[in-house]
Amino acid sequence: MVDPIKVYPAKPAKVYFYGTCLVDMFYPDAGIAGVELLEREGIEVLFPQNQTCCGQPAYTSGYHDEARSVARAQLDLFPGDWPIVVPSGSCGGMMRKHYPDLFKDTTDEVKAAEVAGRVWELTDFLLNVCHIKLEDLGEPTTVAMHTSCSARREMGVAEVGPKLLGQLKNVNLVEQIRPEECCGFGGTFAVRHPEISSAMVSEKVDALVDTGTRQFVTTDCGCLMNIAGYAEKNQKPVEGQHILSFLWSRTQGKGGSSHE
Amino acid sequence: MSSRETILQRLRNRTGGELTVPECDFSVLVRDDWSTKERIERFEKMIESVHGEVHHCTEDMWMERLAEVLNTRGARNLLIPKQHEIGQSLRTAGRNDLPELLIYDEPIESWQSHLFNEVDASITSTRGGIAETGSLILWPNEDEPRLMSLVPPVHIAVLRASELYTTFHEAMKAQNWAAGMPTNALLISGPSKTADIEQTLAYGVHGPKELIVLIIE
Amino acid sequence: MSETAEHTGHHIDVKEFHPRAQAAIHDPKIRKNFRSAMDGLMSKRKTAFEGWDLETLRDLGANVRLRALANLPDLLEQLEKKLIENGIRVHWAVDGDEACRIVRDICKARDAKTVIKGKSMVSEEMELNHYLEEQGIEALESDLGEYIVQLADETPSHIIMPAIHKNTGEISQLLHEKTGTDLSNDVEYLTASARLQLREKFMNADVGVSGVNFAVAETGTLCLVENEGNGRMTTTVPKCHIAVTGIEKVVPSMEDVSALLALLTRSATGQHITTYFNMISGPRKAEELDGPEEVHLVLVDNGRSSIYQDDELLDTLRCIRCGACMNHCPVYTRVGGHAYGTTYPGPIGKILMPHLIGLDEGRHLPSASSLCGACGEVCPVKIPIPDLLVRLRQESVDGDKLHPAKVRGHGAKRSSMEAMIWKGWAWMHASPGIYRFGTGAASKFRALQPSKAGAWTDYRTPPKLAAKTLHQRMKERGQ
Repeated sequence: MVDPIKVYPAKPAKVYFYGTCLVDMFYPDAGIAGVELLEREGIEVLFPQNQTCCGQPAYTSGYHDEARSVARAQLDLFPGDWPIVVPSGSCGGMMRKHYPDLFKDTTDEVKAAEVAGRVWELTDFLLNVCHIKLEDLGEPTTVAMHTSCSARREMGVAEVGPKLLGQLKNVNLVEQIRPEECCGFGGTFAVRHPEISSAMVSEKVDALVDTGTRQFVTTDCGCLMNIAGYAEKNQKPVEGQHILSFLWSRTQGKGGSSHE
Repeated sequence: MSSRETILQRLRNRTGGELTVPECDFSVLVRDDWSTKERIERFEKMIESVHGEVHHCTEDMWMERLAEVLNTRGARNLLIPKQHEIGQSLRTAGRNDLPELLIYDEPIESWQSHLFNEVDASITSTRGGIAETGSLILWPNEDEPRLMSLVPPVHIAVLRASELYTTFHEAMKAQNWAAGMPTNALLISGPSKTADIEQTLAYGVHGPKELIVLIIE
Repeated sequence: MSETAEHTGHHIDVKEFHPRAQAAIHDPKIRKNFRSAMDGLMSKRKTAFEGWDLETLRDLGANVRLRALANLPDLLEQLEKKLIENGIRVHWAVDGDEACRIVRDICKARDAKTVIKGKSMVSEEMELNHYLEEQGIEALESDLGEYIVQLADETPSHIIMPAIHKNTGEISQLLHEKTGTDLSNDVEYLTASARLQLREKFMNADVGVSGVNFAVAETGTLCLVENEGNGRMTTTVPKCHIAVTGIEKVVPSMEDVSALLALLTRSATGQHITTYFNMISGPRKAEELDGPEEVHLVLVDNGRSSIYQDDELLDTLRCIRCGACMNHCPVYTRVGGHAYGTTYPGPIGKILMPHLIGLDEGRHLPSASSLCGACGEVCPVKIPIPDLLVRLRQESVDGDKLHPAKVRGHGAKRSSMEAMIWKGWAWMHASPGIYRFGTGAASKFRALQPSKAGAWTDYRTPPKLAAKTLHQRMKERGQ
């Protein structure tokens, strides 16, 4: 019942990178930025080409058989003992928190629990495992941050984003009202209950706009496409990007190995 | 089969099988032992934050303070216990600054309308208080019936500072409530209130508009 | 005519959730009332737990409830025995209708014409007021919020603050029309008027009906938490007091109560404690001068023993009805309590009501959540509400062959079309080669991406396919 206390591993030589389907198709730059940040920390990034989706959309829709068959296809992708890093609190939460339940009483129960125990949300991993030190090379700017609900509540990383942004000396992080409130994405919720979802995202966009900043960053591509998509459609003056893209663009060209 | 048996049988023959009984560690409810002074301060702060009024008194002068409290409110009468020493002292004090003293010594049925419409204030004893939440412990009985602390618009309670507990958990343990409870027991923490109209606080919605605590130190 | 059929109540169609939610969203008054009320409640709760080790306290709350549930049948029997010793009569009801009949029979035996009520959500569940009225017995709510809601012929929109959907102006208008008070925005005046009206009712009522927050088995004590004093009036002034409660409300001892009370009021309204904590352990004794001659407890099952069968669903029964989940729910805040059309609205309603009304009738409830987790985070007894919502979503589509659905009305939401879509989705995502081919092709032909994508694009621009997938870019990097 009590969530296990997070025990961070020592910084490893390698990690598995689990890109997530949204990053794969819509936001690959965020994925590449994550890979670059890890490599700059001297970590070798393993990208299993057979990865697809964590299974969450089917899981939260109640189609657990389908979720299980997709999730099962992911379990064999990580044969080594390396941490699995995910640029999303939502997919990370699915793998870390829900895989053990999903595979309970199946032959994959042990494997699922083992994989789940190695899953880390990427910004959390950068801050608390890599102990990353960011050097800001950008012009002074202001930014707001939206931490996804799953990053905040399932992965427990609400403090991480602001700490990373706090390392950037030219970045002024502003806080919107009700920072902990959901943006209204919720996966299939956004299309099953479009009016409620839009009522939520409109208030989130207003809260961001009211800070006076023109840009926000977020831990999750679901929130990103929801908030930025609403702002764009309704011509609200705020644009978003994944926090990894932002961190990389502010600091790139510095330090460690860089890949061409 | 009776409904009782139907329900109990369904619960006993649970398809999920026997449930594990978790340990309950109540230590999170235990506070450091505050000094009497700390308890009084906390009690006062808490009960004042919910519109209660506290007067610090001594054995010698509480009646004088009571008279002031009643006179400033223009109370025409005061309902007092018959047996309890509070009532005894008031009746034998022979003070002329007190309003008419009333005693609740008949069943409610015989004087309900009078109690509801004509009694301006009441005074009761307490079985102690709880500092953490600013609460009074009352165990109504035939000497101080249940409605004494509920119906009159002003309720005055006498609290001995030495009987202030730190927490409810402590009070309940110290007074061994597990051994048996009276027909009615109460924690009272402030005057009657409501926020049901647009979250605006209003006092005295059903019970007393004012709760006044005389702390005897 | 059977007795059950007499009880028509006035049901709201739960299935009409969508149109009601939509109407609420476009009602600025509803939006403003709930937003400001919930903002206030959230910030008060936060302050109330300052200085507490809240996680440890919540763990205790959860364990206290779990322990009580683990011993539920024994505790109920112990409670019954102790109450009878104390002179309180105990009745058992398998459902709301039976509970209503029990209340009616007690009233009839006393030739009671008027019932005054303290706040009780179980009596709302039973639709007791309408039932009694059909039986020729007047039932009047005395909690100010409930009184207002009853005058308006509505149902509560929040379990703690029943009239939260109304503002002062509306309440003034209502009281003016129904009771003849002057129109006024002075809350003190309105409250004082209600005091006068209700005091008359208390004095004349034959029976008082209340709920119960905790029933203590060890001492045979019924505990009621309230601020107004109407609960005390209801349980003290009429000659007969009938308490109605769900069977899950029993706890072993007063010590358990001390833990739950510390959590309940702080979670509910941010109060350290309510004005009155009323503990009733018996009717008036011979020497006493007031209090009811008769005290009854009606133990109501109404679906609870079904919930009790399943290890996961059982957690639903931990609830102590604080309302914190709805106070923190972004969906509840937008649509308000009436949109749900259920006795219990908000997150707790979404996980509880399907058991009471069936998952067929309540099939829209579990999906009306973004699974943001705010409810589970604040629940004082740590009910994993989001997990239970997912469980009920699974049940409503019969979505797990390994763990077959059990809730009454399960599978009602399954459509063969949707099931086929998910099957196709699963096939594609469980086949990496096909997935890569499919996503690669989508990127390649992204110019053909439709600009409309159902409900999503009614409010948002569609997400834009990247020129190359992450898979492709990583492959190019040799990874």
